[in-house]
Amino acid sequence: MIEVKELTKRYGVKYAVENVSFSVGEGEVLGLLGPNGAGKSTIMNIITGYLSATDGTITVGGYDILEQPAKAKSQIGYLPEQPPLYLDMTVEEYLHFCFRLKKLKGNKKQHIAQVCERVGIEDVFGRKIGNLSRGYRQRVGLAQALLGSPPILILDEPTVGLDPRQITDIRNLIKELGKEHTVILSSHILSEVQAICPRVAVIHQGHIIADGSPHTLAHSMAGGNRLYARIDGPKEPVRRMLEQIAGVEKVEELGPREGAFEWAIYPKEGVDVRRPLFFALSRNRWPLLSLQDNEMSLEEIFLALTAQAEEQARQQALEEETSEDEDGASEKDVEEEEELQ
Amino acid sequence: MRAVLRRELSAYFHSPIGYVFLAVFYFFSGYFFTLTCLRSMNASLSGVFAGLFSILLFLVPILTMRLMSEELKAKTDQLLLTSPISLTGMVLGKYLAALLVYLLGISITLVYALVISSLASPHWPMVLGSFLGALLLGMAIIAIGMFISSLTQNQVIAAVGGFGVALFLILVDGLGSYLSNETLVNLVMALSFYQRFESFALGILSLSGVGFFLGVTAIFIFLTIRVFEKRRWS
Repeated sequence: MIEVKELTKRYGVKYAVENVSFSVGEGEVLGLLGPNGAGKSTIMNIITGYLSATDGTITVGGYDILEQPAKAKSQIGYLPEQPPLYLDMTVEEYLHFCFRLKKLKGNKKQHIAQVCERVGIEDVFGRKIGNLSRGYRQRVGLAQALLGSPPILILDEPTVGLDPRQITDIRNLIKELGKEHTVILSSHILSEVQAICPRVAVIHQGHIIADGSPHTLAHSMAGGNRLYARIDGPKEPVRRMLEQIAGVEKVEELGPREGAFEWAIYPKEGVDVRRPLFFALSRNRWPLLSLQDNEMSLEEIFLALTAQAEEQARQQALEEETSEDEDGASEKDVEEEEELQ
Repeated sequence: MRAVLRRELSAYFHSPIGYVFLAVFYFFSGYFFTLTCLRSMNASLSGVFAGLFSILLFLVPILTMRLMSEELKAKTDQLLLTSPISLTGMVLGKYLAALLVYLLGISITLVYALVISSLASPHWPMVLGSFLGALLLGMAIIAIGMFISSLTQNQVIAAVGGFGVALFLILVDGLGSYLSNETLVNLVMALSFYQRFESFALGILSLSGVGFFLGVTAIFIFLTIRVFEKRRWS
């Protein structure tokens, strides 16, 4: 449905988005995850045709956003970060205006009523948008995006600024919508993306640094499986016992906790050692105080990925510097430094 | 374009702006009408139109200041620009809405002409010529105001910018008499809105005047579209 190829957006010398490519299939729900200022909104604004890319192509539902903007745009329902509401209009007037603006056909009143029911704004239908609370405004914005039930929904931080109850409501609604629409959603809240999106693209400083399901991301980052076990038993005998369990590759002692020892157990790929572990421990009458597998939470993955990306950038910068020195291009700099000293 | 036009028109009358514009305009046009026609037993409306020139120039920025600035501030331009209407359609819709409110204002002069016709016989070609002049003047100045409004998301700045242009256009005729250099005088006069408006008010349908106002209108509508294009690409 959406094909983004080598998308680059540059403001002066600063790259907001650099060489980003991804595609979203029909009915897929993709979460763009990244810290504030990572380039999520820019990507969304370019897909919807609000901004133009410096480089790269985007096709939406088979239409190029630059070549056939009207057709491409009519495929998309867009909820920007700040819902585009006219505060002087009532909800009814606003939705009627959007209906006309999107050049929709069919029974206007009935369709608008349906959408309102879906997002739960029937009770404020006749009220001025300026007098509505943040939660209602967000939902009016969402109603606007849903008008004409476009095949693609693009939602920029749809739950920002809402209270926990409203957040749950909107998340459930988006999950529902994901069954009928292709959805791209952005968020800087990890648990949100984890809860809604089967697929996540992590964006950091204008680059996609990871793309996959939260589960595969967790798996690939953790570098294989690992179990953490807290075992109340003497150190060396426990180690020997653990190493003898079939399927265990490596054992590591992490230090004393609660008067017992914490162990990291690395099983072989695809082997579940939890059952043999349990029986081995019970045979020796060593109580197991806790057992945890270490699938990383999205939060940890995210921090790990961004740290990785930054590390790479730093090394690149270092390499560039040293190569400059080799060229002798920075002789002047050296002289200046000497002067300073 | 029609959707934007309808929404803009309703916005003028949802807020006080439309009413304030019309009220102030009707007040001053009534003032000039009473003084130059009724009190002085004059059947010609040219005094009214001459007086209205400055009033119009000053009031139009009130009408145009919110056109684009408000959208930029509330980020509702995101809605308009991501909907399947063209940029040109969006700009024209807004332009026509302002022009219609303006037309509602200057139409009062036709009422005055009717009032006069019940007392004496007005010179209709002159009335219609003046009306056409006021319409063309409005078209040009609204286009300029809309352009200024598209440059900023602050309505006050848009209004002050509009007033600046209005003041300049009012003063530029006086400037000519202080200059001695002929090229400069010609240049200044080439910018004069008043001279062209005046010839309409005298009942002269000058094609160059029509061309001038339409040209200014087209240029500033085009520039407004370019501003949005540029914002997209930069």
